[in-house]
Amino acid sequence: MTSLTLVRRIRARPQIVFDAMTTAEGIARWWGPDAGPVLISESDPRVGGRYRVRFRRQAGSEHECSGEFLKVVKPEHVIMSWRWKGGEEDPAESRVEIRLRAIPEGTEVTFTHAQLDNEASRQSHEEGWTGALNKLEALFATGVSGQ
Amino acid sequence: MVNYQDRLDRTFAALTDPTRRAILARLEHSDGASISQLAEPFEIKLPAVMKHLDVLESAGLINRKKSGRTVTVRLRAQPMREAMAWLHRYERFWSASLDRLTLLAESAEKATRRTER
Repeated sequence: MTSLTLVRRIRARPQIVFDAMTTAEGIARWWGPDAGPVLISESDPRVGGRYRVRFRRQAGSEHECSGEFLKVVKPEHVIMSWRWKGGEEDPAESRVEIRLRAIPEGTEVTFTHAQLDNEASRQSHEEGWTGALNKLEALFATGVSGQ
Repeated sequence: MVNYQDRLDRTFAALTDPTRRAILARLEHSDGASISQLAEPFEIKLPAVMKHLDVLESAGLINRKKSGRTVTVRLRAQPMREAMAWLHRYERFWSASLDRLTLLAESAEKATRRTER
């Protein structure tokens, strides 16, 4: 239903970015919402392989997420399933997709995290709710200022 | 179950009309309004307003509740709010993560270039 896409340009070649994003050593150094430590990092980046990441937030709480690699094309494309352990933050399974594209200065990373309601929402997650919501917000804003 | 694509189509179809957008904007800042209150600013007849409300309701953007002879119309913001909350949470999570990933990959790139020389 909802999907989030972030695009980053990184001054490093795709192979280096790919390894940083998918290997256990790489994941241990960047994964998490703040500067809290990654406590467990396991990753087997091939189709059917699994990953598991446990991290501690600076505020002290620990969280763990894991999933399966559904698509792995080095060094350009990864799709993996995502689920929180215990399901307390977000019980549903979601999907993370990473696309890497070589550009003159390095790599353009397109990172998408999509919530999955059902098969139909997965297939159309690129269109996402982001656009719809932004549009609705804009409409409300114009409606209000036009009063 | 309502298909996701259908839902999105209906939402957009509902939002293409300026009268319907004005109705939503009005509802956003009130705790419900009667149909005659909603019809008041527009130079259209009540049945036309009812039709607009049908479209908004089938898109899940409003609900109507009858008590006695009055129908109260309310904005149904919960599905939107849930979607927004999900987006904001993961945006914070991944923005921070990708910032660190960028630093890591860029320093790895520099190190690799040094050894390649």
